[in-house]
Formats: sequence, C-alpha cells, structure tokens
Amino acid sequence: MTKPTAIVGGRVLDPVQGIDRLADVLLKDGIVEAITGAPGDVPDGYHVIDATGLVVAPGFIDVHTHLREPGFEHKETIATGTRAAAAGGFTTICAMPNTEPNQDNVSTVEFVLRTGREQGVVRVLAIGAVTLERAGKRLVEMAELADAGVIGFSDDGNPVADPNIMRQALTYSQVTGLPIINHCEEPSIAGAGQMQMGVIASHLGLTGVASEAETVMVERDIALAELTGGRLHVAHLSTRRAVEAVRRAKERGLHVTAEATPHHVSITESWVYGLGGAVPENGALSTAAYDTNTKVNPPLRTNDDVDAVVEGLAEGTIDLIATDHAPHAATDKECTYIEAAHGISNIETAFGSCMVPVHSGHLALEDLIERMTAAPARFLGPTAGDTELGSLKVGLPADVVVLDPSADWTVEPEAFFSKGKNTPLAGTTLKGLVVTTLYAGEVVHEAGARLD
Amino acid sequence: MTRVFVSQGPGGLENQGRLIMSAEQLRRALVRISHEILERNERPVAVIGMQTRGVDLAHRIADLIDSIENSETDFGTLDPRLYRDDLGGADKPVQPSQISFAIDGRPVVLVDDVLYTGRTIRAALDALLDFGRPSSIQLAVLVDRGHRELPIRADYVGKNVPTARGEDVRVLLEEVDGSDGVALVRRNEAPADSGGKA
Amino acid sequence: MARTRTATTAPERPREGSANPEAQTSQETPATQRRRAERARGSQPSMFGGLSGSRKNVLDLDDFSKEEIEHILQSADGMNEVLSRNVRKTPTLRGKTILTLFFENSTRTRVSFEQAGKVLGADVINVSASASSVAKGESLLNTVRTLEAMKIDVLVMRHPHSGAPYFVASKIDAAVVNAGDGTHAHPTQSLLDLYTMRRHLGDIAGKKVAIIGDLHFSRVARSDVWGLRKMGAEVRVCGPPTLLPYGLRPGTEKPDSAAFTGIKVVDRVEETLEGADVVMALRIQRERQDSGNLPDLREYSKLYGINADRLALANPGALLMHPGPMNEGIEISSEVAHGAQAVIEEQVSNGVAIRMAVLYLLCPRSATRD
Repeated sequence: MTKPTAIVGGRVLDPVQGIDRLADVLLKDGIVEAITGAPGDVPDGYHVIDATGLVVAPGFIDVHTHLREPGFEHKETIATGTRAAAAGGFTTICAMPNTEPNQDNVSTVEFVLRTGREQGVVRVLAIGAVTLERAGKRLVEMAELADAGVIGFSDDGNPVADPNIMRQALTYSQVTGLPIINHCEEPSIAGAGQMQMGVIASHLGLTGVASEAETVMVERDIALAELTGGRLHVAHLSTRRAVEAVRRAKERGLHVTAEATPHHVSITESWVYGLGGAVPENGALSTAAYDTNTKVNPPLRTNDDVDAVVEGLAEGTIDLIATDHAPHAATDKECTYIEAAHGISNIETAFGSCMVPVHSGHLALEDLIERMTAAPARFLGPTAGDTELGSLKVGLPADVVVLDPSADWTVEPEAFFSKGKNTPLAGTTLKGLVVTTLYAGEVVHEAGARLD
Repeated sequence: MTRVFVSQGPGGLENQGRLIMSAEQLRRALVRISHEILERNERPVAVIGMQTRGVDLAHRIADLIDSIENSETDFGTLDPRLYRDDLGGADKPVQPSQISFAIDGRPVVLVDDVLYTGRTIRAALDALLDFGRPSSIQLAVLVDRGHRELPIRADYVGKNVPTARGEDVRVLLEEVDGSDGVALVRRNEAPADSGGKA
Repeated sequence: MARTRTATTAPERPREGSANPEAQTSQETPATQRRRAERARGSQPSMFGGLSGSRKNVLDLDDFSKEEIEHILQSADGMNEVLSRNVRKTPTLRGKTILTLFFENSTRTRVSFEQAGKVLGADVINVSASASSVAKGESLLNTVRTLEAMKIDVLVMRHPHSGAPYFVASKIDAAVVNAGDGTHAHPTQSLLDLYTMRRHLGDIAGKKVAIIGDLHFSRVARSDVWGLRKMGAEVRVCGPPTLLPYGLRPGTEKPDSAAFTGIKVVDRVEETLEGADVVMALRIQRERQDSGNLPDLREYSKLYGINADRLALANPGALLMHPGPMNEGIEISSEVAHGAQAVIEEQVSNGVAIRMAVLYLLCPRSATRD
C-alpha cells in the first residue's frame, strides 16, 4: 500500500465544493482523506508535498484525446499518451474513436479500456463512433457500446455530414443518455481548405476554410437537437458565430454543451507564418512560413474568434476545455502544408496555453480550473466508471494536480512524453506549469521529470 | 606632397590618399599611350575598354587616336565578370559587352585602369576570344601596381607605381567621378577587395 | 525572420537619352558620337553600389528590395548580350550543378532555366516527378535530400503545393529557386515581366499596370504585384469576385496585410484599363468553372476578356502581356494576342536572361558556403 500523502500549504481550488482557501490535502489509500481548514501540522507517516505558493486542484479531465492506439502506434500509444496526459495535469482522458479499427465496436472499445487500465498512467475512458467506420452511413450499436463503457459518440475527424443521420443519431442516442459529439464543419464549404480563410491564407496561397463551415454545421446540429431532444456536444468550438449560436441554444434551454481547445483560446491564424504569431515585416515570408505544426482542424482562427471563444468560456457558454490532443509522427508534418496531417500535440502544453487568457485578464483562474475539472466531470455524469470525478470531495479518487500559474517554462517538443512532437509552440515560453500530478494517490508526474 | 580626399563611392568611407597622377599627368599618359599604340601597329586597331573605368579610358584613347590619325577607330566595351575564376563579381550587375564589329584577324587593344593580380585580364582574354580570333591582343593600363599572380604584362603603361598590398589605387575619371586623377589610398582593416583591380 | 536589406544608393547619374545623341554632341567627331551612342545603348549606369547581405534563395519577390530587383534587371541586360553572341556560352558557373525538379509539367519554364544554366556553363540535371507518385511529404523531403546528397548547388523547383519550396529550403543547404509553387508565387516570371516592361517603358515607377482575371489562384499575379509595388508602379486589378484574393473581394474587410496594401480593385474592366501603360491578362483555368468560381467561360470572356475595343481604352502603345499559356478567345482575343501591342513572345525570350541573372546572383553564394 502506498504511503499516505499530504499536499501542504497550497491554495486549494475545488469548484464543485466551492473551496478556495489555503489548506492541506490529505490522501490515503488512493482516495481523498481530508481537506484541512487551514495549513497545519501533518500527521506522522505522510509523504509531504510542499505546495506553498502553488495551486492544488482536482486532476484535469480531457473529454477529447486522440490516443491513436490501436492502429497508429507510431503516432502515440495508450502508454505514451497517458504519460503525456499526466505531464499535462490530466488524470482522466477520453480516447477518441478514430483508431484503426475504429471504436465502432465493443471489442475495440474494450481493448482501449483494458489497455488503459493495464498500461495507462491515468484513467482512460472511451468514446464510441457515431457511425460504422465513421463513414456517416449507418449508426453503431449505441446501447451495446454504452454498456461497454463509452461516454459519448463521435465521428471526430469527420463531421456527421448527412443531416438525416445526425437526426437519427440524436434521436437514437437517447436510449443511452449519452451525447453526440460532433466535429462541426460543413464539408461542402470547408472543401479542401487548409487554414482559416482570410488575408493570411490568400497571402500564402493556401486554400481557406470559411468560418461559416463551422457556423452552418453548429446551427444545423442545434436545430436537430431541438427537433429530437437529443444531447448535443459541439467539439472544439472555434468561431464567434458558433459561440453565439450555442449561447442562443442554451438560452432556449436546449441540451447543448460545447468545448474549446487550448490552441483556440491562445493562438491565431498568424502562427502559420511560423514566427510565433508575428506577422512578417513588410509581408516577406521566411522559410519558417507554412509551419505545418499549425495545421489543425478546425483551423487556427482570427483574433476576434479567439476573443469570442475566451468570452464564451468565461461566461460558461462554452462548458469546458478539451485538448483535441492530436499527436502525429514527424513524417506527417515534415511535408508541404497541403500534405500535412491535421492536429497539434498539446496535452502537455494545455494548461500553459489556457493560462494565456488568464494572464491577459480575460478569464479567471478559478473559472479555468472549473472548465478543466468540474465541468468535464458534469459532462461525463455518472457514467465514468460509476465514480464521481473532478472534485476533491472526501472519498473520491485522489486525482490531484499541483499547479504554478506564474512559472515560466519553454516548450521543448523533444522533451514531450507524447510521441507527437507536433506543436507550433516549440521554443515559446508559457506561463503556467503543472508541478505535480497524482493519480489515485500516487505521483504520476513531477515537473522536471522531463529533464531526466 | 599633395593630399586629396578620395571618396570610395557609395560606401561613404573617406580616406586620405596620396595623389600619384594629376589630371594633366593622366592626360599626357593617355596621349603617350595612344602614340605608342599607333607606333606599334601598322594596321588599324580596335580599342576595347573593360568595365567600368577602362571603358572611359578606352573611349578617350580611341578619340586620341582618331585626332592623331584622322581615323575612325573601332571601340567596344567588355565586361569580363562572367569569366572570372572566383565568382566574385555578382555584387554589381553584369553589363552587356558591346563589340559591334568583327575582331577576327585584327589587333585589339584591351584597356583597363589598374593592372594588379592579372586575374581580371585573364578573364577578359577568355571573354574576348568568345567574340572572335584577333591577330593580336595588347593590353593598355593607366597604372601598373605590381603584385601579379599570373604571367600577364601590359604593353602600354601610363605609370608604374610600386604599392603595398594594403594599399588601393583609385583612378578617378571625370566621366564617373567628376575630375581626373589617380590616388594611392591605404585600405582600412575592413574587408579587402572592394574593387581592387587586377 | 523578415529580412531587411539596407542597400546603399548612389546618386543617380542622368541616363543618356536614347533619342538622337547627335543633337547634344555636335562638336564631337562622328566616331565619338557613334561611340557615345554605342555606350548609351549598352551600359546603363549602376543605380547602387552593390548588394548587401547574401541571398540564399529566390522564393518570392516579397523579400527583395527595389535595389536587388534593379540589380537583376540590369544584369539581365548583360545576359541578353551573351545570348546574342555567336558563342552563347560562358564559364561562369563551370563546375556548378543545377537541378531542376518539376512536380508539374512546364516545358517553357524548365527549358528556360536549363538554357540559362547551360549558357552560364553549369551542369543542369532535369528531374520530373509527379506529385501523385510522391504522395507523402516524407518522400518529397527524402527526394530532395537524396538529390542534394549528389552535390547540387541550386535546386530549381516547381510544385503544385503552395509553400513547398519554403519547406524544402528550410531542410537543405543548396540554394532554392521557386519556379512556381501552387497558387502562391512565381518570382522569376514576375522578374521577366518587370524586365519586359522596363525594356519598353523605361522606369516602371509611376506606370499604371492593369491586371485582369484570376488573381486568387494566379501565382504569377501574386509575384507580379509584389514586384510592381516594389518598383513603384500603380497596380489596378479587376476580376470576378470569386477569383479575387480574400481581402480584395468586395465586402471583405480592408486588409492591413502588407501583401495587399496599395492595390486598387476596380469593379469594371473598362475603368481598369483606362490610361493603363500595361495590360496583363491572366490565364483562366478551366477547372475554376467546375469548382463553382465561374458560371462559364463565355460569361467570363464577355465580362473580362481583353479584346481590341477594350485594349483601345489603355494608353496608346500600352503593352499587352500574358504569362502564358493563353486561352485565346477567352481571356484574350487572338486579334490582340498577336497584335502590335502584344509582347507575349518577348516575355518568353526574356525569361532566359532573367534566369541567368538569378542563377548568377545565387551561385557565388552557394560556392562560398562552408
């Protein structure tokens, strides 16, 4: 049995219990034993973690992680992906179904969950596909997948393009009570676009994706959710108009939730220039331009979109942060922008990226913690292995993260635990560090470990 | 000793230099060279100047020959940079070579301002031979400053000037610089070969 | 990083007028006058004292200074003279290897580079590859690395993907010349366009250039716009709204991007052409019709095609240009395409001289690399 642990002297933030005070957190037998009234003497026999000057919060929950296993183990495995998650402060992650084979059948889902238990450093939950092969034609056996433990359904990577299939999915999924998580992009508008439509795409000669590709699909899905009464979750919301659409849907009382990614709250389309977000002087491109690590779907948007997404997150229109961690092999990105795979390996940089709007004064730290813990826990509901997550209530799993919101650190992809080194943030300094991550009472990550 | 300020052109660095040829001395040297060319060649020569100042000198020599002989001397220009062995010439645009007459079977006088290592002349010989096969090629220079690196010598020399490697010979011509004269300047520690003529 | 170039500029020497040199030099002998005329024709005074900094690649004109463009245009005069000789060969790039790597067919551009390299004495190796056989970028990278391992000094590449030469240039040591990348840039075409304009019009500054057609997908137009603005020309554009770059389209926000400042968008083609010194018709690609950008080519021709009536709106003697290959009867009528104002074939022949000047500019740098 592991020695009990005491995390002492930190500012404890637990949005579910409304706790925000200096306190010690005692962990024993893999569960939370107590949160003291104030820092004080630690009982004998405890391993002590000094959190003075730091923030102690429930471990983060990511409802949108690409773990790539089975099928793409050269990009990521459940073992490496969960280790990376621990480095990012996440103690629960939800594996997206675009594996090979797809998570459209019970045996693949069981494989993911079992491998997660056996090899995972943190808790792995699974998301099932909406349609077979994620091809948008025939619904999966949703009830059976729900029994196998999926927490929702998504064809992520592909939208559910056919409105009728989406309608059926929203209707039928009600037998499970689980959400349909749609990648909201209307393919006929998005076309073969590679980045946000606009002046920068025009400058680079890249095909633009109009924001309306997202807006149109979000509006359609909201209409279908209203029609069917189904539970809709909008994946990686990224545009102002889509934020407005979700806001209106919530005002009408629809069962609609939404997520935003760390990159869509922190960086913009100008990062495609490869200059850390700067626009090249006099418009002259350098060989750093066409940074394939910025290619992501939905694309990096405009400043205005980022502002709107942060606003939406701050007011709760956007319920939660989800990473859309999308690791790729080097060869998937060492190519032309057009050939490059979509996605950013970001689970290890997520907290630092999400602190950008906090440091700029547009998002409260308490709200950010809520969007990464309590909110995704609410989204998961009681389905996550019959245990409540996302809180430090006594008796709940001892999943804890210790954060230093003001520590600077430089992103070095080579030091990632993830196999995916694909990040546009290489060399960038982030302010906001995950110091220690504990999963079920055990330390699974300590800052500096990456330096060993 | 006369001291003049010599502008090194757009770079803007100004050096004190020692005047080694006055405008009058320069004129006389060109007159003498023109006479020597006529003396040495029975048949009419073609005069070809090398970019940049060699062109102006050649132009003057051709004019002088004409005034002596009442002739119409063929005159051309040559940019030997594409024939250099060091690819060092790309700092200035390549100029067209203008040789609008046949050079086959006739004497040609190449004109340059300063003879130094001989490498530019080597390049010029190659360039010229791509235009034809002269009966002879002769070389006229305003200043021979020594330090040859190739077995090349001038047939007509305005003035022999012993120099150190750390010095530059600056030829000023009215056409380009506003006045005539030749100065010896000490090169700064700064990068060598800002146009040190070969 | 954006490169800034501090070019030193020498006071401009008055250019000797090409018109009637005899008039101004009446005391001179006929031979001297002839000489003067000879020189006026041949050598234009250098506008500046030399290039500062070193250029490794030619990827677009966006990072060129006016002085650097001027340098290339002037060198092209020298190169044209070499091309006019009986012996069209110099030893300049002897021992250098130039590789042309084309992922799209373009006999015209490839041959132009090959000829340029060979006249300057380089060895030229031509490789054509199909982008489809090189479906994954790994192969593009491996392809160029393999080729570079065979010791090449300059890689001239054309690729259907915008930015491909930027990617390659960031990975290899050889100099990279962009011979056209996707819908992004085609710098040597732009240089030869500028050169052709300058030969006919003299100084390009202040000249009115009307560019008509598909500016969104035209890499030539994009590079031309950079070059023309740097040289001080007035650029007006006109085309179907679906084929204008975002930011120049009606209704899109006024861009603050340097890529689009100083371009005047005109709604009607007639207005665009009025008083123009240069009319440039862009190639309309038939596949644009299928992708919904255009109703049909007939309507395009009616609205934007350059014909004699429209060309008459431009300045008398205005140049008519086209980057080729032309769709005669669509963006340009056969009558004007082969008329007196067309300099379209000259554009092609100037291409060799321009590419010689570009290779000459790059090769010394690649030679001194360690």
